[in-house]
Amino acid sequence: MSTQSTTTSRLQRVRAVADARPARAGTLVCGIVVVAVLPLLLDPLSGFVDTSVKALALVVMALGLNIVVGFAGLLDLGYVAFYAIGAYSVGWFASDHFAAVNHGHGVHVLASVLKSDPAGIHFNFLLVAVIAIALTALAGTVIGLPTLRLRGDYIAIVTLAFGEIIGRIAVNGSSLHIGAYHLTNGQQAISPLDPIKLPFVGSFDSSTNLRPYYWTALALVLATLFINFRLRDSRLGRAWIALREDEVAAASMGIPLVRTKLLAYATGAGLGGLAGAFLGYYINSVNAGSFEFSFSIFVLAMVILGGLGSIWGVVIGALALAYINYYLIPDVLNTLPSKIGLHFDLTQLSFGIFGFLLVIMMVLRPEGLLPERRRKLELKEGVGAGEDLYNVRS
Amino acid sequence: MEASGATVARRDTTLLARARDLFSRYALILVLALLPLGYAADDLAGGHGLSRIATNLFEGLSNGAIWALIALGYTLVYGIIELINFAHGDVFMIGSFVSFGLWGTLGLTLATGPLGLVGGLLVTLIVAMVVCGTLNTMIERVAYRPLRNAPKLAPLITAVGFSFILENVGQLWLGGSQQGVPDLIHSQSELLNVLGVSVKRADVLALVATPPLVLALTTFISRSRLGKAMRATAQDPEAARLMGINVDTTISVTFLLGGMLAGAAGLIYALYETGIRFDQGFEAGLIAFTAAVMGGIGNLRGAVLGGLIIGCIQQVSDNRIGGEWTPAIVFAYLVLIMVLRPQGLLGEETREAG
Repeated sequence: MSTQSTTTSRLQRVRAVADARPARAGTLVCGIVVVAVLPLLLDPLSGFVDTSVKALALVVMALGLNIVVGFAGLLDLGYVAFYAIGAYSVGWFASDHFAAVNHGHGVHVLASVLKSDPAGIHFNFLLVAVIAIALTALAGTVIGLPTLRLRGDYIAIVTLAFGEIIGRIAVNGSSLHIGAYHLTNGQQAISPLDPIKLPFVGSFDSSTNLRPYYWTALALVLATLFINFRLRDSRLGRAWIALREDEVAAASMGIPLVRTKLLAYATGAGLGGLAGAFLGYYINSVNAGSFEFSFSIFVLAMVILGGLGSIWGVVIGALALAYINYYLIPDVLNTLPSKIGLHFDLTQLSFGIFGFLLVIMMVLRPEGLLPERRRKLELKEGVGAGEDLYNVRS
Repeated sequence: MEASGATVARRDTTLLARARDLFSRYALILVLALLPLGYAADDLAGGHGLSRIATNLFEGLSNGAIWALIALGYTLVYGIIELINFAHGDVFMIGSFVSFGLWGTLGLTLATGPLGLVGGLLVTLIVAMVVCGTLNTMIERVAYRPLRNAPKLAPLITAVGFSFILENVGQLWLGGSQQGVPDLIHSQSELLNVLGVSVKRADVLALVATPPLVLALTTFISRSRLGKAMRATAQDPEAARLMGINVDTTISVTFLLGGMLAGAAGLIYALYETGIRFDQGFEAGLIAFTAAVMGGIGNLRGAVLGGLIIGCIQQVSDNRIGGEWTPAIVFAYLVLIMVLRPQGLLGEETREAG
């Protein structure tokens, strides 16, 4: 009798879950449609659409960092390196930078260039995106290699050091040469870049219409979300979470540490490179000055605000911080100090505000705004506290 | 890969292990010496003698003395709660800013006589040390103590957060560009010249002011009751608590000491470089952290040694390769140390897990 009733209740629960699924899918589709239609209701050049494009690109970046920090628990403070490499792949492969290639006639693959017969290398957006992902995944693996023996804080410092080295190379790249060319143009920026060219989306001209950029960014976000969800529930994703919770236990359960860690770095880096390439296209210049440590922290703050490891949380965190940084502080709140009789520029305070946010979040709500259940338990119970910083093989 | 490493380790004889240890230690020393030795050989081959590289190394030592003071703060804090106090470099920056502000208040200018100058600088030193020590203790209280039992990630993130807050304070205080400060001690005037190596006032200041501070710190830690409590807490916080040591107070004292050294370093840096900047703490912090890791984090002598070595590397790089590459070179060394010998030059082979 009692067995029968439990069976029925379990059946009911299973049915409830099955019923809920299409409902959630429906909400999701509705949400996507609303977000996709949104720019049609706004001026195609409005500041809000501009901010939204950047915000969506940053969502991709934050989701990439979430794989490394949130899933695998490897604190990466040098994520800006992948932004830089992604952006430079656009600078190298979709501009006039390598001007004398092919006797000044350039190399063109399905490119959309403004002039006819331009010099330099001009690849299509999709091709450049693939190159960016490949380069950053490679860089992520290289950065991951020396951290394999290290844990916690030391990983953070090594990744930070790598990020800074890449930033330095970008700034000083005007004195480094590949053949007859500068590696980068340093602070002088590689500009202009080719516009994006894609079928069905209309022309990409940021001076007349920002909507195509918006839709491209949205498509990238959706693809990244799909990748994130599938990865999280895959064998690899479960291996990452096991690694985060207890490295020794994970290794003794047969998880290959080296491969799992390097895959986390490479995947996270690849998404960072993709977003970096898109931002490079959108900003239409690659300037070494933008690859600073503070950018890494900006992206990290998004992941932490939303909730480490929680995919929807990270999306919300990224959107919130991007709108705060690019819209709320400079456009909406900036007149506030003068209204109450104070004279300072609110934009100067933005990084203090982010620092404050990091501290407050970690002290009061370390699991983030929209926590992932499992991660919340870990943070409450202190999993991973009191481990060594490196293991000495002796 | 891990499994095969473990089986190899089991077959290790102690002799082999020792040989590997020697290799990892000397490989690191070799890597560290590469830059100075390379340029020394280069100079000799060019028939220039060794005076240029000697000047580089001497300036490196005096510069390294400042890094050593900051590195001690990292190593103290790490030794006791195993946390990289990311905000430490910015506490040092605040030390420079407080010193500069206080000179204005005290009326220290280039025209001040020697007696007033020494008195004023001593007052500045004490105030900078007190301010930075208090600041560091407060940061610990607000940002690290509530997270004592959280995963390692959490306090590191609050540390980064505080680093940003302090940098922003510095930026609002003196603006976003390099701020020149009065060259009170005429830092570039040459006192004497030994075999082509010119000894400047700035070098003398750094080399004279640092040892008493380091000595005072080591004496405090090895002799005083609180120092004993610090060592006990570093070994085993739980056992220390059972023995009646107030662990929270001890940790606060550690942060106080680290902050005081950073404040002193801030003053010396301002006099030495005659220029301060809101983001000086970020780079200085990373350099000093590299020094602390190089010496073996948690090891006081190691921090001083590491500071001096990294100072030399930095000067050689500044002078020979170009200052714009120095951060990249220091960071490359940091990565190399982490790969070759994460326990540092003087660190022990194995640490007991806390």
